[in-house]
Amino acid sequence: MEQIASAGGSASPPTAVTPDPSFLRQVEKAGGATISPCFQCVKCSSGCPLTFVMDLLPNQVIRCVQVGLKEEVLRSDTIWLCASCETCTTRCPNGVDIAHLMDTLRQIALRENVTPSQPGIVATHAAFLAEIRARGRVHEMFLVARHKLRTRNWTRDVALGWEMFRRGKLKLLPKGVKGRKWLKERVPRVN
Amino acid sequence: MDQVLSYYPGCSLHGTASEYDASTRAVCELLGIRLEELEDWNCCGASSAHAVDHELSVLLPARNIALAAKADKDLFIPCAACYGRSKVAQAAMTEDAGLRAKFGEAVGMEYRDGVAIRSMLDLLADPDVLQRIRAGVKRPLRGLKVACYYGCLLVRPPKITGAADYEAPETMDRVVEALGGTAVPWSYKTDCCGGGLVLGRPDVVGRLIDRLMTRAVEAGAAALVTACPMCQGNLDTRQKDAAQALGRDYQLPIFYISELIGLAMGHPKPEAWWKKHLVDPRPLLGTI
Repeated sequence: MEQIASAGGSASPPTAVTPDPSFLRQVEKAGGATISPCFQCVKCSSGCPLTFVMDLLPNQVIRCVQVGLKEEVLRSDTIWLCASCETCTTRCPNGVDIAHLMDTLRQIALRENVTPSQPGIVATHAAFLAEIRARGRVHEMFLVARHKLRTRNWTRDVALGWEMFRRGKLKLLPKGVKGRKWLKERVPRVN
Repeated sequence: MDQVLSYYPGCSLHGTASEYDASTRAVCELLGIRLEELEDWNCCGASSAHAVDHELSVLLPARNIALAAKADKDLFIPCAACYGRSKVAQAAMTEDAGLRAKFGEAVGMEYRDGVAIRSMLDLLADPDVLQRIRAGVKRPLRGLKVACYYGCLLVRPPKITGAADYEAPETMDRVVEALGGTAVPWSYKTDCCGGGLVLGRPDVVGRLIDRLMTRAVEAGAAALVTACPMCQGNLDTRQKDAAQALGRDYQLPIFYISELIGLAMGHPKPEAWWKKHLVDPRPLLGTI
C-alpha cells in the first residue's frame, strides 16, 4: 500500500551543489516555462493543494532545475503528483508557468525512460492514450481495465465499479471516431 | 429568444456523467437554446495528453475546434476539463504558426477558428440566460443550502479562461439564489479535488475530497453543486471511502448545476438523473 508522507518537502535537495545549466537549457528547449524570474517567494508551494504528499515542493523543483539537479527532479514524486490544478501558475507574481513546467518534466522523464516514482499515475496516462489511439474517444470501463492490466491491482474499486454499474453509470459499448486514422500514427505509446 | 450552439459533450458525458449530459440538454431546451452535437468529435486528451506530449494535447482539441468552425456556431463545452484543454489549444494554435502547420500535416484537415468556446459558467453568466432561469422557476428550492464548488479548470488559469473572479467565483451562487435556494459562503470554491489522480492514487484524492467535504459541512451546506464531471464523479463516488478512511460521517449529495436548474424549472423527469447518483439526493430533496 502506498503511504502518504506526513509533510511536504521531506526529501530535501542537497545543500551544496555545483550549478550545471545544461538541464535548465534542456527544459527550456523542450518548451518548458521560462523559470529564470523565480525568486523563491514560495507562493506556489503555499497554495499547492498537494504538498502534503510531495517529496519536493514546487519552488524546490524550480530551484533544482535551475542548478541542474536532473536526477532528483525526474525521479521525484512531485512531477507526477502535481494535479495540474493551475493554482501556482495563476498566483506566481513573476509569471512562471509552473504547471507547464511540470508537464515538460514529465515528458522528459518519459522520453528518457526514468523509472517513474508513481507508476499508478503513469499507468493512468498510458491507459488514457491507449484509449485515444484505439478509438479517438475514451471508454471509461476500458480505461479502468487497461489501468488494471498495467498495475495488476485487480481488487481495487471492484465494489465501487459494481455500485456504478447498478446505477447505470457505466456505458457498455465503446464508440469510435470516424476520423481516427491519424491517431494511430500520432499518439505515442507510454512504456 | 432562439439560440443555436454547437455542443461538445466529451467522453465523460457519454459515460459516467450521463446525467450531466441529460440535464444540460433538458435545461437548454427549457431555455430555448438549441444544441447541435458536433459530428465525429474526438477526445480532448483531458488530464493525460498534456502530461505526455504537448503537441498532441493541442492537436486533439484543435480538431474539434476546426469541426466547430465548419458548423459556424459558438462551441458549448459543459465539461470543465474539455473546456480548459480546448481553450488552451485554441490559444496555442493562434500564437504558434508551427503548430498550425503541424495540424494540417498530422490531422489531414485544414485548421479554422473564429469559434467562441463557452463553458457552463459562461452560459450561466449571461444576464439574459439568468433572467430566463429566474422567470422560469416553477418549484423554488426554498430551504436548500448548498456549497457551490467550481474546482480548477473552469476558472484557471485566468489568462486562458478569462475569468475575472477566479479566486472566488459567484456565477453558480447567483443561479442557486435565482432558483430560490441558498448558496453558503465558503473558502474552498476553487480548491482541487485531485481529478486525474483518482485511478493512480485514490488515497491522495481521498484526502483532497475530505478537505472539501469537511469545509462544506462546516459552512452549513447540505449538498455541493458542480459544473464538472470529474469534480462531481470524485466527490460523489469517493466520499464514502474518504469518510471511512478518515473517521468522518458526512454523506452529501453532489449535484450538477444543470440538475438543480432543471428541477426548479419543473422538468418532468429529474428522477432519471437522481438514480445515477451514488449519494441519493432524494431524501434531501424530500425535505424542501
